[in-house]
Amino acid sequence: MRTMGHETPAGDLRLANLTKRFGVFTAVDDLSLTVPQGSFFALLGASGCGKTTTLRMIAGLEEPTSGQVLLGDRDIAGLRPYKRPVNTVFQSYALFPHLDIHENVAFGLRRRGIRKVTDQVERMLALVQLEGYGRRKPAQLSGGQQQRVALARALINHPQVLLLDEPLGALDLKLRRQMQIELKRIQTEVGITFVHVTHDQEEAMTMADTVAVMNAGRIEQLGAPADLYEYPATAFVANFLGQSNLLAGEAAGRTGDDLPVTAHGARFSVPADRARVDHGPVFLGVRPEKLHLAADPGEVPAGHQHVGGVVTDASYVGVSTQYLVRTAWGSELSVFAANSGVGGRLAVGTPVTAHWDPRHAFVLPREPGEDDQTAPLLDEPPVGVPS
Amino acid sequence: MRRWIADRWVMGVALLVLGYLSLPIVVVAGLSFNRPSSRLSYDFNEFTLDNWTQPCATSDMCDAVVRSMEIGLIATVVSTLLGTLMAFALVRHGFRGRAGINGLIFLPMATPELVMGTSLLALFVAAGVPQGFWTIVIAHVMFCVSFVVVTVKARLSGMDRRLEEAAMDLYASEWQTFRRITLPLVLPGIMAAALLAFSLSFDDFIITNFNAGTTVTFPMYVWGAAQRGIPPQVNVIGTAMFAIALLLVGASTLRGRRARRAALVAPVAAVGTPKSAS
Ligand SMILES: Nc1ncnc2c1ncn2[C@@H]1O[C@H](COP(=O)(O)OP(=O)(O)OP(=O)(O)O)[C@@H](O)[C@H]1O
Ligand SMILES: [Mg+2]
Repeated sequence: MRTMGHETPAGDLRLANLTKRFGVFTAVDDLSLTVPQGSFFALLGASGCGKTTTLRMIAGLEEPTSGQVLLGDRDIAGLRPYKRPVNTVFQSYALFPHLDIHENVAFGLRRRGIRKVTDQVERMLALVQLEGYGRRKPAQLSGGQQQRVALARALINHPQVLLLDEPLGALDLKLRRQMQIELKRIQTEVGITFVHVTHDQEEAMTMADTVAVMNAGRIEQLGAPADLYEYPATAFVANFLGQSNLLAGEAAGRTGDDLPVTAHGARFSVPADRARVDHGPVFLGVRPEKLHLAADPGEVPAGHQHVGGVVTDASYVGVSTQYLVRTAWGSELSVFAANSGVGGRLAVGTPVTAHWDPRHAFVLPREPGEDDQTAPLLDEPPVGVPS
Repeated sequence: MRRWIADRWVMGVALLVLGYLSLPIVVVAGLSFNRPSSRLSYDFNEFTLDNWTQPCATSDMCDAVVRSMEIGLIATVVSTLLGTLMAFALVRHGFRGRAGINGLIFLPMATPELVMGTSLLALFVAAGVPQGFWTIVIAHVMFCVSFVVVTVKARLSGMDRRLEEAAMDLYASEWQTFRRITLPLVLPGIMAAALLAFSLSFDDFIITNFNAGTTVTFPMYVWGAAQRGIPPQVNVIGTAMFAIALLLVGASTLRGRRARRAALVAPVAAVGTPKSAS
């Protein structure tokens, strides 16, 4: 049995109106996206939002309720999994318990009728730093080692599309960084299209050409990592990728190149090209590191916008100090101040003015009735835990 | 002293139970080397190897053993095949009446053998089937299938479906996936089921007795001989069967352990950690 042209590039991976329902529950909802050939695509999203289901449909392990999976201009949605030039690194590893590590890694090559596999397998095991483990059974490895075997088992096939479902989740930070570099190197050298699911935003941002944030079966936003971070499209993205201070306000059309926003009795202004909507209920958003604190209102630079408040919490985290500032109307803004040695630390209880450059703010649509969303002081956004 | 007892009483009880369990086997093994003083006596009289050198001195008995083996083998093959297929169907496919069938599987195990034997006899008589070798086989397959289904099902439902998905993802067709992944993983269950089926068939007496016609199996022979005096060769057969079973189990344990140890040596040496002294 031969799979379709394994070495020839297949073209872009396109999902068109892909939908998957389990009974009445819609796990993936009318998903459309294009992953250019040879690019690194990261899929982010809270637990249970349908990332694994999407990958399974690309791999052929789950039949779409409707929609297409296209590779180049071939619709592969009807092909059996073993006919697709796609390999998966499973979230649960799924190593074959009765085969040793060597045979696990060699499995794909052997099925494609390749006889001499030893050299390739050895090289692959060296790549994931598991030389000499070939004779062991999966049960005799640690979780992180198993994960690397799963990685090797998929990578060795040089598929046209590699699906990675949280492939580095069980590794310690150092090893994870090393593996990230290796993965990126292989991806650029061999030109494999990577679709990478991760909970690690930093991983997604540093490795991916394109990041997509998924929420409840839909893509909320898709784009280059910096674009997503600097100018999120929805409140979900603004808080899923890093944190944001979102103030509830109203907009009533632009004046010139600016969009005036009224929030909590004060008037703010945002450049019109930083606004996703210009009418009705909106969020005015500023990232915590884009907020600066001044003890004296007179220090606020010209052209900056500002709100007054009182420092309620200051936590020192090494590279920065994270402040909470309670505004007059009771919301707590988070502010990250770099510990660059300029300016002293502000004590809890100090009255301060938080100010920002309007070009760093953004305006997002808001459901009527939604209040301020200011993230609590966390390093990571809260991620839902499956119950 | 109290501590010493406290530490060892579990071990002590285990040894006592083990002794209790193996006493009959020891007696059988001992009697297989005995030359009885008379046909009806079971006391140790004199050591001899005659029984082992001439196990077929009573030719009726050897015929019965061979017949029981034949029946056991046929019943094992048929019931393992049917039962395995049934287990796959029950675990892997959702169909109407699955819950009902799952319940029915337990019926032959729960029914008293006496009831099953008589009802089978009634069935064969009503259908005009002459009793003999093949009615015994049919009866044995019937009750063995249940045990096979239950054993294989347990193994199969403990298996992760994602392994098969991973195989298919790695270019294995349906058949290759079955051959390389599913079958090897379920095989221990199938083997256990086959062994169970064989031993159930080999020593079944009650159901067999009802449906045997004039055919005599080994258990039936022993039963008949018990009234006239059991020939000591019966003990030879019993001891031999036990020894073979013991060897099989021992060999497979040993092989598993050796493979595991071989696997562990390589990476330890590669990393250069000193080997522990034990
Ligand atoms: N076979 C199934 N039957 C019913 N519901 C399912 C099935 N598989 C997945 N789901 C549901 O679909 C949703 C999406 O699941 P999926 O596994 O794609 O989540 P995920 O984004 O990968 O989450 P995680 O980050 O926790 O791995 C979940 O709510 C899950 O309960
Ligand atoms: Mg998942």
